[in-house]
Amino acid sequence: MSFRLAWRKSLNVVMLSLTGLCALLTVSALFFILGYLIWNGGKDLSWSFFTHLPAPVGEAGGGMANAILGSLKLLLLAALFGVPIGLLGGVYLAEFGGRTVPFMVRYTADLMNGVPSIVMGIFAYALVVMPMHHFSTLAGGIALAIMVIPTVLRNTESFLRDVPRSLREGSFALGANKWRMIATVVLPAASRGILTGVLLALARVAGETAPLLFTAFGNRYWSPGWMQPTSSLPVIIYTYATGPYEDWHRQAWAAGLVLLGLVLVTNILVRAFLTRGTAYERT
Amino acid sequence: MRHVKVLSLLAVLLATATFAVGAGPVLLNAAGATFPYPIYSKWFDLYHTSHSNVQINYQSIGSGGGIRQLLDKTVDFGASDGPMNDDQLKQASVPILHFPTVLGAAIPSYNLPGVQGELNFTPEALSGIFLGKVTKWNDPAIASANPGVKLPSDDIVVVHRSDGSGTTYIWTDYLAKVSPEWQSKVGKGTSVNWPVGLGGKGNEGVSALIQQTPASVGYVELIYAVQNKLPYGKVKNSSGAFIKADLTSVSAAAAAAAKNMPDDFRVSITNPEGKTAYPISSFTWLLIPSKFADATKRDVVKDFLKWMMTDGQTYCEALSYAKLPKEVVTKEMKAIAQIQ
Amino acid sequence: MATTPNAATPADIPGNSRTLSRRGVSADEIAHVITLIAAGTLLLIAVLLVYQLWVLSAEARTKFGWSFFVTQTWDPVAGDFGALPFIYGTLVTSAVALFIAVPLGVGAAIFLAELAPPKLSSSLTFVSDLLAAVPSVIYGLLGVFLLVPLMRTTIQPALKKTLGFLPLFKGPSYGIGFLTAGIVLAIMIVPFVLSVSREVLLGVARDQREAALALGATKWESTWKVVVPAARIGIFGSVFLALARALGETMAVTMVIGNNPKIAASLFSPGYSIASVLANEFSEATGNLYLSALIELGLVLFLLTFVLNGLARLLILVTTARGSGVLPT
Repeated sequence: MSFRLAWRKSLNVVMLSLTGLCALLTVSALFFILGYLIWNGGKDLSWSFFTHLPAPVGEAGGGMANAILGSLKLLLLAALFGVPIGLLGGVYLAEFGGRTVPFMVRYTADLMNGVPSIVMGIFAYALVVMPMHHFSTLAGGIALAIMVIPTVLRNTESFLRDVPRSLREGSFALGANKWRMIATVVLPAASRGILTGVLLALARVAGETAPLLFTAFGNRYWSPGWMQPTSSLPVIIYTYATGPYEDWHRQAWAAGLVLLGLVLVTNILVRAFLTRGTAYERT
Repeated sequence: MRHVKVLSLLAVLLATATFAVGAGPVLLNAAGATFPYPIYSKWFDLYHTSHSNVQINYQSIGSGGGIRQLLDKTVDFGASDGPMNDDQLKQASVPILHFPTVLGAAIPSYNLPGVQGELNFTPEALSGIFLGKVTKWNDPAIASANPGVKLPSDDIVVVHRSDGSGTTYIWTDYLAKVSPEWQSKVGKGTSVNWPVGLGGKGNEGVSALIQQTPASVGYVELIYAVQNKLPYGKVKNSSGAFIKADLTSVSAAAAAAAKNMPDDFRVSITNPEGKTAYPISSFTWLLIPSKFADATKRDVVKDFLKWMMTDGQTYCEALSYAKLPKEVVTKEMKAIAQIQ
Repeated sequence: MATTPNAATPADIPGNSRTLSRRGVSADEIAHVITLIAAGTLLLIAVLLVYQLWVLSAEARTKFGWSFFVTQTWDPVAGDFGALPFIYGTLVTSAVALFIAVPLGVGAAIFLAELAPPKLSSSLTFVSDLLAAVPSVIYGLLGVFLLVPLMRTTIQPALKKTLGFLPLFKGPSYGIGFLTAGIVLAIMIVPFVLSVSREVLLGVARDQREAALALGATKWESTWKVVVPAARIGIFGSVFLALARALGETMAVTMVIGNNPKIAASLFSPGYSIASVLANEFSEATGNLYLSALIELGLVLFLLTFVLNGLARLLILVTTARGSGVLPT
């Protein structure tokens, strides 16, 4: 074997092993993060964590019940405002559109998807908080909804387009109107993929902190209704992690575990089970 | 199936919305200084326990934030340790009243694992450190005030506030008074152009940074150093004595001002006369609008202020804040009538 | 020719036009309008967003003009604001992140696309996608309590000892700063580089590889000299995508960058990014000029991510068009 051949062969092995190493590093990062959070946060998860309100500053104890409820309410609003608009918009793009409007909407959706969440927070502040003179769950929900819409819209359009033409034509042949065809044939056929997109979009905004900083603000108590500021998991993690109190740090780890757990479980369930049989595209 | 989902969703929405309308707790939102956050959070908690239908949600975002949110009217009242200046007062749609609540101290806290005991800081040392001219711990400016203490040769890591802060106002107000160079280069304010250092958010963030960074020094309110067991130094006052911040020295700093308190309660007590006075002390204020649209909220605020000046004051000392001088309390009680 | 593949309407089908024209407004038309309004809402929101950013930053824009981009000071007391430290910080942390994430992501993508059996490839990609779903504040949490002490006690001193002659690695090691923020960002953007690169690599036609192997190339040579160049443009697209993401990252960066608006050559030095200063100072900017300056920064960030995202998608589009034979290679 000549030297050159030996060199090429060994280079082959080395470089390919390196790429394997890269893949290993990337993948193990997730396991490390999860493992560390479980180890560090798991020991502070307790019943009181889930049911108590925060204690006064500097005193031990207290929990994050209001933050958990706040996050759920914000997600509900994000879903309520964001999902219908995104869904119907996606229907428009896939079923009704002409040339220019769909192009503009698609382009805008991709643009909005790339906007940093802090800018969305500023926008929601100017749009909702300033006129209302009030921080509120509503403002936070709207900020999150605006982030949900473009993702759901593109995702819906994508899955609707995947539905074969034959299904539509069969529906027309049986005498259906267009909207009936969409509602009873096309949407159900694409429903798995659409639901996937919706759940993933919601899981993503559940972890967003920046848009909530100046919209939902924060609250040491329960936030009744929708027009008061509210605590939320990501914001409280940020607040506690950057503070000096040991008790706060422990609670931040526990809350981090809860948040990460929710996000990962949603992602895993959705991706593993819902996408069986559909060609799910990453947006 | 879809209809059922939609209807049940609407039902949930209505349910959650109505329980807010029906229950009728009085909810007040406030924001501002992190300097008094430990005592405020204790007070609002206690007040809520004794008046269970009142919830005062105080968010500690820094004095700058308190002033700004008050001017934007997104909170019912604010809190700041740097009094509002005339420009800011002009921006308010209704006149804002300042109500002093407690006396506190901004102290130089540091992280020097090898050093025992408390360090002494002169005004020259402090201004030099924060100007970035005194860069090592064993610099003569520091060493000369601490004979016999073995100071390391490490670089000093300066920690300051990254957000708009009343504590910064107090600190820079003092530095501007004792150092002409500071006055001309940096000036005083809630947010300044720091020559050097790392920025932490809130007193909380600065304490955390000091805690985690060896060879660091920063300024925080006294209780943050106490609660987190951070060492802090003595500061040389205008009479030349090295004073440690505590209840007596902080009260001494307010003694002169208490007798000559202006009507709007805006006063600076840094670098005062007095042999036992701690030089970097300050009042901290609640910023209350003089007109409330909602009469219930107004009454709650007035009641809270009265409670704060009587019962509330008994909790200060446990958290290392000094009580308000009697003359100030008397004057404030009269000023409450101005809130309509 | 229908402009959308499925835009066949009942009107196309002969015999139905009578029923539509008889009624005033058909259900289809209502559906059309409702969905159009939904799509239009998105356009409205986008327009409003740009409008708000533009209008609210007016005071700063008129006062500072173009000098805003080259001024170093950020002085709220004097009312003098400049964007340079923040733009610098944003770019430096993103550059560090790309420097780490691109080799890592492309390397992993090569492994997953070329070497790994399909099942392993898709399950590892699945794990990488999960990594992309981890919220920013969790990365910040791990950054503050794990990475920062590690940097301060171990990594930064080691770098100083070995590479300390470079201006990049001078100065005291605080633990927080540009380098730490860049490392946290790198972990956050690797999944984006990985997934897009893997897809474009998979999209390269099979016969390219086989031709190279038939000519006696090793697997690595076939990959590196034939497949990767063919997918080069798409990989650049993934880099731009990851960069756009890195520019806008807020929470993780804010927690480890040091919050000091200074420009320094050393990566150990604390700095500030656009997103971080917005998060820290937005709710407390007293005075209209201060607020306006912050919003102008927000506008800058918005435009940066806008341009980069547009470029990225264009590049990815070109590569997929090439791979599927629409465009010549």
